[in-house]
Amino acid sequence: MKRIHYSLLEGRAGYYAALLVLGAIIGTGLLAFWYMEHYGHIVTGMTNQIVWGMPHVFAVFLIVAASGVLNVASIGSVFDRKAYKPLSRLSAVMAAAVLAGGLMILVLDLGRPDRLIVAMTYYNFKSIFAWNMILYNGFFAVVLLYLFVQMSRSFAVQKYKKHAGMAAFLWRLILTTGTGSIFGWLVARQGYDLAVFAPMFIAMSFSFGLAIFLLLMMALYRAVGRPLGHGLVNRLGRLLGVFVAVAAYFVAVAHLTNLYAPEHQAYEKFILAGGNIYTWLLWGGFGLIGTALPLFLLFSNAARRSFAPVAWASLLVILGGLALMYVIIIGGQAFPLVMFPGKEVSSGFVDGVINSYTPSLPEIALGLAGAALAVAITVFAARVLPILPRSLADDDVDPHLARAADVVELKKAA
Amino acid sequence: MTDTSLSGKARRDFIKAALATGGVLTLAPGLMLLTTGAGGEAAAADGKPAVDPKKRWGMLIDTTKCTDDCDKCVSACKEENGWQAEDGSLTDVQWIRKVNVKDPATGFAMSLPVMCQHCANPPCVDVCPTGASMQRVDGIVRVDMHICIGCRYCMMACPYKARSFVHEDIPEERKKPHAPMGKGCVTSCDMCAHRVDVGQIPACVEACDKGAMMFGDLNDPNAGISKRLAEIPTYEIRADLGLDLGVRYTRLP
Repeated sequence: MKRIHYSLLEGRAGYYAALLVLGAIIGTGLLAFWYMEHYGHIVTGMTNQIVWGMPHVFAVFLIVAASGVLNVASIGSVFDRKAYKPLSRLSAVMAAAVLAGGLMILVLDLGRPDRLIVAMTYYNFKSIFAWNMILYNGFFAVVLLYLFVQMSRSFAVQKYKKHAGMAAFLWRLILTTGTGSIFGWLVARQGYDLAVFAPMFIAMSFSFGLAIFLLLMMALYRAVGRPLGHGLVNRLGRLLGVFVAVAAYFVAVAHLTNLYAPEHQAYEKFILAGGNIYTWLLWGGFGLIGTALPLFLLFSNAARRSFAPVAWASLLVILGGLALMYVIIIGGQAFPLVMFPGKEVSSGFVDGVINSYTPSLPEIALGLAGAALAVAITVFAARVLPILPRSLADDDVDPHLARAADVVELKKAA
Repeated sequence: MTDTSLSGKARRDFIKAALATGGVLTLAPGLMLLTTGAGGEAAAADGKPAVDPKKRWGMLIDTTKCTDDCDKCVSACKEENGWQAEDGSLTDVQWIRKVNVKDPATGFAMSLPVMCQHCANPPCVDVCPTGASMQRVDGIVRVDMHICIGCRYCMMACPYKARSFVHEDIPEERKKPHAPMGKGCVTSCDMCAHRVDVGQIPACVEACDKGAMMFGDLNDPNAGISKRLAEIPTYEIRADLGLDLGVRYTRLP
């Protein structure tokens, strides 16, 4: 195997223009935060029925995806797959960046974000939410340590690469288990209270994370015109296809489990066949756009020769993932709490009715700001740290991937 | 001599207190507050705990006496604790509400007040990341406004929709010192803890002129509520969740 050479992200005008655009999106999100903080959540679409809104859709999506982004590094170091090793540095940095973006949204959507220090110093160890805070902070520590071990020039440090990779891999599994359990352990709500949520979230993280990684990696390499191999992208794309299918499998199992229990059938009827926004987002958004189309694209013959099918599939997986997250988070709250099973309920506090929710612009702006922050951190890190291999051409990465005709530079392909 | 001895004891006490305080502040600020929360409120002036761990405060609601056109319990709570809610409002704070329930199979309909059920195993307390959602040793479940970060996870976890998020500033004239409701925090019925702690009954129970609401110590077999509970069958809302509620009803649909 050839030695992998890393170098800093080149470009001047393009680099600063990218940061400027991302900065503007982040700035808009911060303005939205200030607006919501000043006037209170009354200016958002959230209510006492839909208490977690659009910011949570973005935040949970990014947090779940963050651990999936790290998988590329894990496959390289833990499972010893040669072709993935050059991507480990970028994978680790991007994972931390995506988590930072998600956490920014989560923190800025708190009712009292000024009390962040309280959240960091007062722990109720029975709370899975508190455990998640520890897991998030630990994720940064483990990933940065993993990055340090990878980038160290000392052999004494380098030899622990596999151990650090294993630690990061195990940590990410626990982290996503925790995130899934935030919903899975909510015994009171019809749409949650499912043990399968933990593995389902892990499967989702594999899928969403790899989609984000692929899209951002391809964008970076295309922007600066570095060589990128079709064999590598195709292999990652096929892996994404497997993850997409596994995520869809777990989502199907979750709904089938609920469908089997009469007490949850009303909820499933509401989500699966209610003809509402959640029904459309689940079948059309996640099922068609986020699962069926990407699978078709990723396993198509065109994906062997062109980057476009994999890039489009990655984008669709991200959109489908956001749609699924909307269904899980908002749909789960929109269905009325069942206090008296089988009975008709009404009150002045909107008991017994489907709760409505319309996301407000500030909520969407805050969500987009988190995503922009993740990209900005990745781009900036690539500029100051040698995390991008100079070439990801197939014969530079793994001779097995090399096909003379497939080794093309993105510039030429474009 | 006596003076010297006293001042010596006072000095020792001061040093002990200072060391204890310093130690707690330095080592475990979180632990200190959690301990206070778990143990109830601060000790009263006479040295006796204001919150008695031997008690478990609870309510019995006789739904056979509760009519759907009466909401005196709701009005009394609003007045006592300083919240207002427009009918059908999606964002106003609510501590107690009247719920109308109808059995579609039989047509039987009834009305009942629903508030925080003061569970012995409260999901809101379990899920709260900071411990702001807490349970006093006498069973009252409430929110510590000083450490609530407004994450709303307790609202996701509560099976009774008993909690509200304060979406906007509460007007000064409505604010009650015993029921602080800060914008960005979660709030809920605390069984009028400020009244209970001085030997009074909750405002809703006091306001009910139909005799439909009883309040008392569930752990005291001689209390009126305990005797009544021993005489008649009573029920919990969503008893299947196993939360061991502090509020029981004589009849549920």
